[in-house]
Amino acid sequence: MNKLLLQKMANEVRKGIINGTHAAESGHPGGSLSAAEVLTYLYFEEMNIDPADPGNPDRDRFVLSKGHAAPGLYSVLANRGYFPVEDLVTLRHLGSYLQGHPCMTSTPGIDMSSGSLGQGISAAVGMALSAKLRNKDYRVYTLLGDGELQEGQVWEASMFAGARKLDNLVVIVDNNGLQIDGKIEDVNSPYPIDKKFDAFNFHVINVSDGNDLDQLDAAFKEARETKGMPTAIIIKTVKGKGVSFMEGQAGWHGKAPNDEQYAMAMEELERVEEALCRK
Amino acid sequence: MPEVKKIATRESYGNALAELGREHDDVVVLDADLANATKTNIFQKAFPERHIDCGIAEADMMGIAAGLAATGMVPFASTFAMFAAGRAFEQIRNSIGYTHLNVKIGATHAGISVGRDGASHQCNEDIALMRTIPGMTIINPSDDVEVKAAVKAAYEMEGPVYLRFGRRAVPVINDRPDYKFEIGKGVVLREGTDVAIIAAGLCVHSAVEAAEMLAADGINAMVINMHTIKPLDRELVVRAAQETGKIVTVEEHSIIGGLGGAVCEALCESCPVPVKRIGMNDVFGESGPSAALLEKYGLDGKGVYKTVKEFVG
Repeated sequence: MNKLLLQKMANEVRKGIINGTHAAESGHPGGSLSAAEVLTYLYFEEMNIDPADPGNPDRDRFVLSKGHAAPGLYSVLANRGYFPVEDLVTLRHLGSYLQGHPCMTSTPGIDMSSGSLGQGISAAVGMALSAKLRNKDYRVYTLLGDGELQEGQVWEASMFAGARKLDNLVVIVDNNGLQIDGKIEDVNSPYPIDKKFDAFNFHVINVSDGNDLDQLDAAFKEARETKGMPTAIIIKTVKGKGVSFMEGQAGWHGKAPNDEQYAMAMEELERVEEALCRK
Repeated sequence: MPEVKKIATRESYGNALAELGREHDDVVVLDADLANATKTNIFQKAFPERHIDCGIAEADMMGIAAGLAATGMVPFASTFAMFAAGRAFEQIRNSIGYTHLNVKIGATHAGISVGRDGASHQCNEDIALMRTIPGMTIINPSDDVEVKAAVKAAYEMEGPVYLRFGRRAVPVINDRPDYKFEIGKGVVLREGTDVAIIAAGLCVHSAVEAAEMLAADGINAMVINMHTIKPLDRELVVRAAQETGKIVTVEEHSIIGGLGGAVCEALCESCPVPVKRIGMNDVFGESGPSAALLEKYGLDGKGVYKTVKEFVG
């Protein structure tokens, strides 16, 4: 892993998130920014994929179960070469192939449509099962929000994945601690998250800083070595990470920056970029 | 007179799946703890490794089916109509419909002929729900012969299909050499000039019986087996309206939004004629033997005969 390169890329991904949501005058920056590192790690380090051959049946799959983080996924896909980075500003515009939530029939590189919480994980489980049925060795990754764990379907899918010992499946929980109505523990606490997945027969990895690429690297390596059970990686992240005025604010779950906020956010991200380039 | 062969369409479904499984190794069958009732256990016996019991988790089953289809398999997700179209509506809508994935939904125990289990399990709303999903094909076969043809046709087409089956054993009515099944093409079982009865599922048999009784009274009824409810054979519906001037629809489904609704929508736009919809008249079902229920709600041959006779006047 080239950490500096990935850090720079994660910063580029953040710029794409801010560009997209600002241009869309809507969208979900908070939960996209918290996942910038993990999405970058998956698409630039972990997954066996090729933007030139997005339909390869043996590729690894990714399902963004927390589909509202689409600006983050689009930004990663664009930076990875699935489509032009310039198109990110068409997010949510009429006629754009970048729909408000991921749509597999309109956007190159999207393995599954999502947006209705709780459903993506089931599709990921189906993809992992499919590999087992046909002795294929691709792996399947899915990213869930911590608030999403309140959906019952998440646990239907987890029970099945654990019971079927789908060790080609990695469930990642973006534990940024906030959902639309406030702190997850105030709304309807999903804690303890790790013990729940453990009880559903997952190998559980807690990552204390999910915005730290070294910690992510260690976790995904451990997942790869895990046999006989699926892995849950619970990453503690900061919602809005990288844009100081958005950090830790539930209000930035589904709100776009206005022109002034946009300028502030981009300036901050440019400073990070300059600092990384000096390294 | 030889006894008519009777078989439930859910059993025909199980047999058809086993046959399909022998021909195609990408067929995988999912169930939600009802394999003995949906009859996917017939497939399970033949291909245990390709039969996936998801347990009592229909929402998850639909998502798993979507994932299997997204990776090139052809899943048949099976459960009772109530738990497929009803409980898992949004999963079907978003994970299967919006994605237009190649998932086939085998919904058994549809309609009131479920019988003694009662209203909680008698799904009279599934066609209405499924019809609103863009790109969803809906087939409600009338007998054993048609189920086999429909399952094969569903496999051969790309995209989501909702297959509707019943619990009750029904007579085989399509066992003839010239029978041809084509998705979206209704079958005229009997030509007529006074009224056209358009039916689906086990009600096709009721319509045929009714037409025979009507003939004895001098009423010449056309009978159409409308096995595909979406896409509806509008051309045939309009032809029937033009030739008879009066339409009756028969289905074990709510008269709201099902076959009757679809036929009315087509006729309103293209050839308005008086229509009588026979079905569940905005009421829930109840427990009882299936034959008694079909009689009570006017869905057996006699019931259809009575309603049509009154309607024709």
